[in-house]
Amino acid sequence: MNRLFEPIAPRPAPVRTEGLLPWLRTNLFGDPLSIIVTLGFGALAIYWLPPLFSWLISQAIFQADADLCQKARGVGACWGVVTEKYRLIVFGRYPYEQHWRPELATSLLVALLVASCVQAFWKKWLIGVWVVVVGAFFVLMRGGPFGLEVVTSDLWGGLPLTIMLAAFSIVLAFPLSILIALGRRSDLPAIRSLCIVYVELIRGVPLISVLFMASFLFPLFMPVGKSPDVLVRVLAGITLFAAAYLAETVRGGLQAIPKGQIEAAQSLGMTYWQTQRKIVLPQALAIVVPGVMNNFIAIFKDTSLVTIVSLYELTGALGLALNSDANWRPFKIEAYLFITLIYFVFCFAMSRYSLWIEKRVSVSKTR
Amino acid sequence: MADNIIVFDKVNKWFGNHFHVLRDIDLQVRQGERIVICGPSGSGKSTLIRCINRLEEHQEGRIVVDGVELSDDSKAVEQVRRQVGMVFQQFNLFPHLTVLENLTLAPMWVGKTPRKEAEERAMQQLSRVRIAEQASKYPLQLSGGQQQRVAIARALCLTPKIMLFDEPTSALDPEMIKEVLDVMIELAGQGITMLCVTHEMGFAKAVADRVIFMDQGQIVEENTPNEFFTNPKSERTQDFLSKILGH
Repeated sequence: MNRLFEPIAPRPAPVRTEGLLPWLRTNLFGDPLSIIVTLGFGALAIYWLPPLFSWLISQAIFQADADLCQKARGVGACWGVVTEKYRLIVFGRYPYEQHWRPELATSLLVALLVASCVQAFWKKWLIGVWVVVVGAFFVLMRGGPFGLEVVTSDLWGGLPLTIMLAAFSIVLAFPLSILIALGRRSDLPAIRSLCIVYVELIRGVPLISVLFMASFLFPLFMPVGKSPDVLVRVLAGITLFAAAYLAETVRGGLQAIPKGQIEAAQSLGMTYWQTQRKIVLPQALAIVVPGVMNNFIAIFKDTSLVTIVSLYELTGALGLALNSDANWRPFKIEAYLFITLIYFVFCFAMSRYSLWIEKRVSVSKTR
Repeated sequence: MADNIIVFDKVNKWFGNHFHVLRDIDLQVRQGERIVICGPSGSGKSTLIRCINRLEEHQEGRIVVDGVELSDDSKAVEQVRRQVGMVFQQFNLFPHLTVLENLTLAPMWVGKTPRKEAEERAMQQLSRVRIAEQASKYPLQLSGGQQQRVAIARALCLTPKIMLFDEPTSALDPEMIKEVLDVMIELAGQGITMLCVTHEMGFAKAVADRVIFMDQGQIVEENTPNEFFTNPKSERTQDFLSKILGH
């Protein structure tokens, strides 16, 4: 039998026009197990949420009044501790009258970081802006020029220190980690061994011991008075530490690039560095966005460890603000919830950015 | 011998310590010559052409391409690669770049051509392979046959003297083989030196000046397509031809 080919015109896929009730029925009450789970969680919510709300908000004390807080203990949260101490928590030991300086410096830095996340700004002049902003950051923080009172780095603290340590170590560690990851795949045995030893050595020790070495051990090997500032040493320590972990994440991406990509670039006469920069890295880094952001978030939170070498970043500044004050010390939990919220805001922003950039880099490749 | 653009002189190559993949290869290719290389898988035909632009290194003998001897000297290798274009079985287009960017990348970075000029020439090459309207798409949005034509255009953008094809139609759906072969046949008529590893015997008959048959790392037989297909000399060649032409 000879049938003619009759093309069927394409139709749009059926649209789902379900309302809330059908959605609830299928997703929350679809089968006996879902019904039990839904009711169970519902009961838990009814049991937990009202007291939680009452402790957090309705019975909470917002004024900086330690006596009121004392009376409300166990019934309502004492947000008064935050009202009273937030400047100490946020700025640490930095001189009180000069707080506008870290505030301005950190705002500049954060604004630049946010701008640097936008692809439209990835131009050559951004490097120039970085140099200017980083310079302004240190002038504002340290003082000296323009009649600004000098504030030595041991007095820097709180959120500005956290953001500074995280931002600079991420910005320095990321390029370094790319070089190390490339080095581990190098054809030159000396470079390859060096990179392997570096990564394995750093990954084999905890960050705390790296910080101890940077802070206490390193100056012993330097001529007296010639050792760089403790802040610089600690920054270098975090950077080297983070680079080792990042390098392994990046290497995972490098390994996912088919050999044919490199051969095609070579056959076009491209050099090793051209091939890496134009062909391998753009694809490899796009693959490892989630892993890299994971490392970035970890670095941000790891900065809280610098307290042990007497640099009072956000977590350290909290202890500093409360430990010496018997009136407010009992309300540490509320203060910790406050800085938890700060950490969460930053980490959540990084995590959302990661999702966004993931979409941006994948959209270009397929239909 | 001055007009030989590629010379293999007693070339030997091993993969690892035991797999002797190229054995005493002697080969001269004249300027403008079109050569088809065939043979069973593992016979070393891909390795042979990959030695020409040093994607593979040979261990013994000499290879001279356009007057430059291939060695560890990376300057010599870069010089040769600029004269040699290559098309791969798996296309190997850069998926993160548009079709146009795939074509302009090497001229801009290797040839130091200004962007505007590189784009103009890229569009010319794309029209030549009849795919200019796809310039702003990404490679994975194209069909296999379209991708392979883009790959040919990309290799042509550096105006090479020699084109190498490594089984360019083996990864394609049957319906797309013809559109790629048509482009290659057109190219063959324009005087460029071509070496093509393929089992498309129709293509060999249509354009090749010489067919080379390889087996177990050796060149078993080389001849004009007419002689090769109608009057193969060695038993091994006869056996091979009966298998690929038998149905």
